[in-house]
Amino acid sequence: MNSLDVVGPQLAVLVGAGAILVGEALFPRQRRLLPYVALFALLVSVLWTTSWVGRDDYQTIFDGTFSLDQYSVFFYYVFAGATAVVVLASIDWVEKTGRGEAEYYALVLTVCSGLMFLAGARDLITIFIALELSSIPQYILAGWGKDERSSEAGLKYLLVGAIASSILLYGMALLYGVSGTTLLPEIADFIASEGDQNRSLLILAVVMMVAGFGFKMAVVPFQMWVPDVYQGAPTPVTAFLSVGSKAAAFAVVTRFFFESLDAEFLSNDWSMMFAVIAAASMTLGNVMAVVQTDIKRMLGYSSIAQAGNFMIGLAAIATPGEEFTLGASGILFFVAAYSFTNLGAFVAIIAISQRINSDQIRDYAGMWRRSPVLALALALCLISLTGIPPTAGFWAKLYIFNAGIRADLAWLVIIAVLNSAVAAYYYLGIVRQMFLGGEDEASVPAFRVPPAIAIAVAATTAGVLVFGIIPGPLIEAAQEAAGVFAQ
Amino acid sequence: MLELEHFLTVGALLFAIGLLIALSKRNAIAVLMGVELMLNSVNITLLAFSRFAESGRPISGQAFVAFVITVAAAEAAVALALAAAVYRNRDTINVDQIRLLRS
Repeated sequence: MNSLDVVGPQLAVLVGAGAILVGEALFPRQRRLLPYVALFALLVSVLWTTSWVGRDDYQTIFDGTFSLDQYSVFFYYVFAGATAVVVLASIDWVEKTGRGEAEYYALVLTVCSGLMFLAGARDLITIFIALELSSIPQYILAGWGKDERSSEAGLKYLLVGAIASSILLYGMALLYGVSGTTLLPEIADFIASEGDQNRSLLILAVVMMVAGFGFKMAVVPFQMWVPDVYQGAPTPVTAFLSVGSKAAAFAVVTRFFFESLDAEFLSNDWSMMFAVIAAASMTLGNVMAVVQTDIKRMLGYSSIAQAGNFMIGLAAIATPGEEFTLGASGILFFVAAYSFTNLGAFVAIIAISQRINSDQIRDYAGMWRRSPVLALALALCLISLTGIPPTAGFWAKLYIFNAGIRADLAWLVIIAVLNSAVAAYYYLGIVRQMFLGGEDEASVPAFRVPPAIAIAVAATTAGVLVFGIIPGPLIEAAQEAAGVFAQ
Repeated sequence: MLELEHFLTVGALLFAIGLLIALSKRNAIAVLMGVELMLNSVNITLLAFSRFAESGRPISGQAFVAFVITVAAAEAAVALALAAAVYRNRDTINVDQIRLLRS
């Protein structure tokens, strides 16, 4: 029973998914209530998580394969919040497509439970299962739209994802073969004691695993699927992909590296590998984003660049002594800030594109006159993505750059700062387009925003602003969560 | 006498063949076949390690294989459904011709 209590937050979400499927079959006329059932399940999950925080009785269960600690709890909140925003943003769109409402929300909740399991997984098998539990529904969701672009995006995402998980699995199989165990703490013990004799095989195994996870994190050189899938998938799903699966991949990679590979002999090599990946992702993502004309495609490339920023935290793995977990807390803080910001941007885009029926950046001209609130919200999120105060994105960048400097990676931070300037060009280009572009014709009709989307926009932009002005509590939470890796 | 190395070699070769197929074939179904080969090469590798290596946890490898098989089946089901959806829209599942999504 106690184990079930520990995975309660996930169970609540899964039970919600089941209830939605059964409920739709029993009460087919009450379809409109389905998203609220999903939101209720997420609320229960958050409350359950909070009760664990209150009990302060963190523990590892299922023979050590799953752990509930400050780290996983931090991600529970991020994932539950992100899923709730996605559900709110989907209501209008799903109603309009007029099919499979129950399945849509059930799949979204299933993804959420998979992401939560991933945050707490401490065993290779659990990691794999949780990863697939979150991935396979995402493939279906990406292909959910009726148009051919959507099914094309779904198929592409699935093929690339399947190849990536096979590579990841082969790496895991090698790691299991070398160390004789699938538990991360035991792998750590093995590497600490006998790692030197098996160095080459270990490196091969971990490189393959990083390649597999790299697809989920969407970093260079595993990024080619990102723009296609982001553009083709329905926008609410794109929002989910850009936040959920990226955050979860970073959650598991961070845990994997800080918990099982922190032994000194590995950390220096990995630090350099991550630094190179980070620099390449930032540069390629930003340069490609500049020339895009489709806003979803542009955000796809920009998310590659943001993944490069996250990576600075992983590159800081070589920081010695007390500041060992600085990079990890930087990733956590950045993930939380990025989730608010990117979701906010996508929700605003959903609201706008539903009315103007276009994702082209030039059609955003003069948005300020048509819907001042949406234009302001989107502008705020883009400013946060750029990293300008007073937004959460500014502190996130500052914090993770600081972690990079402390880890003697000044060159990487300089590249990151230069990249921020490139990013400012295209992010602020949209802002300029919205506020200054377009003709002054009064005939362009203003439009109303559906209430659910209005709530989602309000919640995310409030997060961006509040944590931009008072970042302290979020930073403390991130530091406490990363504290589980302290040696 | 069959040793660990023999199984690992078969596994590695199968993996390489599967990866090559997955990356070079133009038909989505053929790509999936390549993926299946890669997954099965993982199974061979895991089973060989759990049988031969002085592993502290031989059962973990076998449990892993059971999960890999299950997930592979789930993935194939979704893949075929998506391939059917693409085929209905486009009359082709050739990944070269599926390229609406370009800037």
